[in-house]
Amino acid sequence: MAKSINRTTARLLDGNQAAAEGARLSRVQVIAAYPITPQTPLTEELSEFVEGGELKAEYIAVESEHSAMTVCTSASLVGARTFTATSAHGLAYMHEMLHWAAGARLPVVLACVNRAIGAPWNILNDQQDSISQRDTGWIQIYARNNQEILDTLIQAYKIAETVYIPVMVCFDGYVLSHTEMPVEIPSQEQVDKFLPHYKPHTTLDPANPKNYNLVTLADPRVNADGVLCHGYMELRYLLQEALQNSEKTIMRVGADFGKSFGRDYGNVFWQDGVEDADIVIVAMGSLAMEATVAASMLREDGKKVGVLGLRVFRPFPKAAIARALEKAQVVAVFDKNISYGSEGATCSEIKAALYGSKTKAAIRNFIVGLGGRDVKARELADAVRNTLPAIESGSLNIENPEWICYI
Amino acid sequence: MGTRDCKHICDESSPAIGEAGKTGEWRSLMPVINNSKCTPARQKKQACFICWMYCPDAVIQKTIPIKINMDYCKGCGICSQVCPVQAITMV
Repeated sequence: MAKSINRTTARLLDGNQAAAEGARLSRVQVIAAYPITPQTPLTEELSEFVEGGELKAEYIAVESEHSAMTVCTSASLVGARTFTATSAHGLAYMHEMLHWAAGARLPVVLACVNRAIGAPWNILNDQQDSISQRDTGWIQIYARNNQEILDTLIQAYKIAETVYIPVMVCFDGYVLSHTEMPVEIPSQEQVDKFLPHYKPHTTLDPANPKNYNLVTLADPRVNADGVLCHGYMELRYLLQEALQNSEKTIMRVGADFGKSFGRDYGNVFWQDGVEDADIVIVAMGSLAMEATVAASMLREDGKKVGVLGLRVFRPFPKAAIARALEKAQVVAVFDKNISYGSEGATCSEIKAALYGSKTKAAIRNFIVGLGGRDVKARELADAVRNTLPAIESGSLNIENPEWICYI
Repeated sequence: MGTRDCKHICDESSPAIGEAGKTGEWRSLMPVINNSKCTPARQKKQACFICWMYCPDAVIQKTIPIKINMDYCKGCGICSQVCPVQAITMV
């Protein structure tokens, strides 16, 4: 990240505006979205761009998020760069079509403004919505601040259109979506140089008609030309293989972005003082920023604490994380989500990544900030202090996560 | 030999007869026509063809007598249900 802001190109933007600017600069051609708090200002901004002639795109007003994603997949299939944005219940309503976009290998980009899911109704921030879509086959990238939202959206198109996997750019509702920060806006010329035109793997050609994604049964079949074609399972394997390989593309695109714009994204997670740390805090999204404040507080107490900020949640960078946490004695994972009956989703991933590695760290999981509950750096620091007896007791794991709340 | 040689990354095909394979293999019962009952066969006229109209797989030919393409007939039995003279039985 750039440490200093260029005052000539920086503007105060909230997260929704940053996302809209990212979509505009990516020259999206079809936008289909349905308003939902806290994403609404993002779609309003984009419709203003289209109405004002600043963005040559088709803005399709739809009656639901299910239709929004259907429009995006259809438009993407015939060669348009597509964008949508949603939150919480809207994302849940899109669920079926999220599978469809990934299964059809369409490079749709979606901004998920993270919000809690009912019941009970709540419009505030946590990450339960996007975490619940973990297994739809989408790449998921989380932003820590508004600059990252804009930058990640531009990268998302390059990644998606290289590996033909849709990308979800996630950022915390209100904490980022409604909070203004200085954001550097690159010029259209710079972005055009970085982001080539979308080349679809599907074709719309009346002279050479094609069927896409018809009924595909269990076994491979020979087509009318005598070529053995994939069965359902081979297509699922190819999606998994593409996700496994996409980590390299994500890093390469991030590094290229750094060369073009001066802000480097050449890694799948952020590290702050992890190298010499005994204790590593793991968090995703804006929570990772809060965690760095907690780490500084603990460093003042003389404890060696670092922060690993998860950026890419799918594909989950297992090997890289195992390497980064090699020397840690305690790993404190903070989750703004809960996989009910188990633990926070990122904690499960961290544990799976460390299995069989050299790391012998004690791992503790804390559920925080659900439904917009304020997360204070002091509370994170206290939670980390409470994990320290684990080092002495040698207890590597406890079965259930701890909750930072008033029960 | 695997399926990578088709070079598709999602399901892809061209509209062509047999693109979905010989769907007749799915059949458990087959339609048998009794031409002594069938209206066009008996009257030797372009008449009736209700089975042709109702066949969801378009495997019935509108000829005298009618012909059914057993490569793609899935044996659903709709033809036998709609035939007004019960000329088609499923066996």
